[in-house]
Amino acid sequence: MAKVSLQGVSKFYGKVQAVKKIDLEIIDKEFLVLVGPSGCGKSSSLRMIAGLEEIDEGIIKIGDKEMNNLEPRERNVSMVFQNYALYPHMTVEENLGFSLKIAGLAKKEIEERVHEAAGILDITEFLQRKPSQLSGGQRQRVAMGRAIVRRPDVFLFDEPLSNLDAKLRNQMRTEIKRLHQKVSTTIVYVTHDQVEAMTLADRIVIMKDGIIEQIGTPLDLFERPATKFVATFIGSPSMNMIKASIVKQNNELSMKTNDGIIVPVPKDKQNSVSEGQNISFGFRAEDIVPLKFGQKPSSAWEMQSSVNLAEPLGTETLIFTNFGEIEIVSRMFTPEQVKSNDVLDFALNLDRTYLFDENSGLAI
Amino acid sequence: MNKKQINNILIWFSAIILIILIMTPGLWVVLTAFRPQVDVMAKPAVWIPRNLNLIQFETMLFGGSEGSMGRSPIPVLSYLRNSLIISFTSTFIAVLVGTIGGYGFARHNFKHKNKYFLLIMLTRTIPGISLSLPIFIIFSKIGLIDTHIGIILVFVALNIPFTIWLTDGFFRQIPRAMSEVAMTDGCTKLQAFWHIELPLSRSGIASAGIFAFLISWNEYALVSNLARSTDSKTLTVGLMDFTAQFTINWPGMCALAVFIIIPALILTFMVQKHLVTGLTFGGVKG
Repeated sequence: MAKVSLQGVSKFYGKVQAVKKIDLEIIDKEFLVLVGPSGCGKSSSLRMIAGLEEIDEGIIKIGDKEMNNLEPRERNVSMVFQNYALYPHMTVEENLGFSLKIAGLAKKEIEERVHEAAGILDITEFLQRKPSQLSGGQRQRVAMGRAIVRRPDVFLFDEPLSNLDAKLRNQMRTEIKRLHQKVSTTIVYVTHDQVEAMTLADRIVIMKDGIIEQIGTPLDLFERPATKFVATFIGSPSMNMIKASIVKQNNELSMKTNDGIIVPVPKDKQNSVSEGQNISFGFRAEDIVPLKFGQKPSSAWEMQSSVNLAEPLGTETLIFTNFGEIEIVSRMFTPEQVKSNDVLDFALNLDRTYLFDENSGLAI
Repeated sequence: MNKKQINNILIWFSAIILIILIMTPGLWVVLTAFRPQVDVMAKPAVWIPRNLNLIQFETMLFGGSEGSMGRSPIPVLSYLRNSLIISFTSTFIAVLVGTIGGYGFARHNFKHKNKYFLLIMLTRTIPGISLSLPIFIIFSKIGLIDTHIGIILVFVALNIPFTIWLTDGFFRQIPRAMSEVAMTDGCTKLQAFWHIELPLSRSGIASAGIFAFLISWNEYALVSNLARSTDSKTLTVGLMDFTAQFTINWPGMCALAVFIIIPALILTFMVQKHLVTGLTFGGVKG
């Protein structure tokens, strides 16, 4: 059981700095997810915690012990890899027991712990098989079993579900969550899939270009994105984002898009922007709805636009339409038929419109 | 008969022709080894053996002169001993060094890595025989002519590049994650290599070993220059003992040739399943 802390940690690959002086405190027993686009430094960070990459700058501690100069085996961490990396020449039982054998445990104890782990993950019946005789989901379970059998201080997961098909991925996601409840150990989990991050994490760390954009609970990030990047990264479909500049109209500040559409600045942001400032404003699909099929928000701005495309998904329908020249998506929860080229009135909920400074990318 | 059957017959027919072409010289060697000189020299050639005997083998291994043209028997057992010592030792060293080298190239990054690799591979583009004179001169200066060590040294140098190339490919096939998992599982780097990467690449190492052994076992040109006496002459060089100024003892020579082929054949059969790769597949991805 341990907390993990990263203090000013950097990683260089040649001249490229993959991780840029990040600070991160991971609480004991927390399920922390590092998420971001590929190349954002999330995997490098994880591998530095594991000891598989040198820490070029800064300090990593597990518990209160500095890890910088310790070998992976001295850190008491377990890692689950994207491609499982099961030892192909060993049976499942030998795979699970390998770390204990290396540690020099007695045969009987190895057997007990292997069976305990196999029981937790429901793989007891496969113990005598070789990895090549298992399905993808079963291999993933064996990989997790191999990790828990050691009773490590920290579990490290490196995109463990990205090799599975969609259905299995959902199933294994639930199992990982359940596993965390059973073993209650600190977990650091890397993924590029924001859905995985949202569903699994106690806290999410969003990374981009080697820096941390925001740390927070899933709902924090969804409701209060600190940057434009976080706003577009979290949530599906992605938040609609439109560039505009601030202009003054009738003594009120408004946002004028590049196409000349003018939208009033939300009331609570009136004092936070100034005339001439370049911004982007964003709103989620569910915050711009066809008036005909939704409830009109208290603070609404209306526009008329024709439907480019409609995707009925059962409980909801995604409507693609134009906001000036830019295509946006609207989500409605009523099972009405909407066809391409229908002309609809849309209401944008200004209370749920996010503003970001165009230069810094920070939320206003 | 449909088109597919005709096609099949054609393929089989050409395969059989090809096999006959490849096999005939070998068969001729084997047949000759068991036949008297008269049959061997007969014109037109006698294809179907008339009387077979083991005289050549008896003469070769146990001495005796009947039917062997009165020649004193050649020291086959000494040659065999030399061949075994030289081939096994040089193979062992080449595989050991080559495997370490292959692992280094596959797993570690260092400056000018690709250039070094290319350089090592380029050494194999030089025909071995063109090296025989320089090697002879150097060896004669340092007293390595006609010694086991000298010949072993040459074979090790000859076989290491190939071993590096082959094992490098095998180590590359093993996902890096494999040894990384082993290291978080509590292994040192060496333990991860020993318990995980080495067993996974054993097909590659076995193949490299077989090739190195066969090259050493069958090499003739270089050794014929470096070996002078029974101290270091190998079986292949011993073949020339059957030639005299005006005569060649074909049956004797072929008997020795058969004698040379047998161990190589046995060894190849023993490890042939390792020559078929594919052990690492299954442990990764789905």
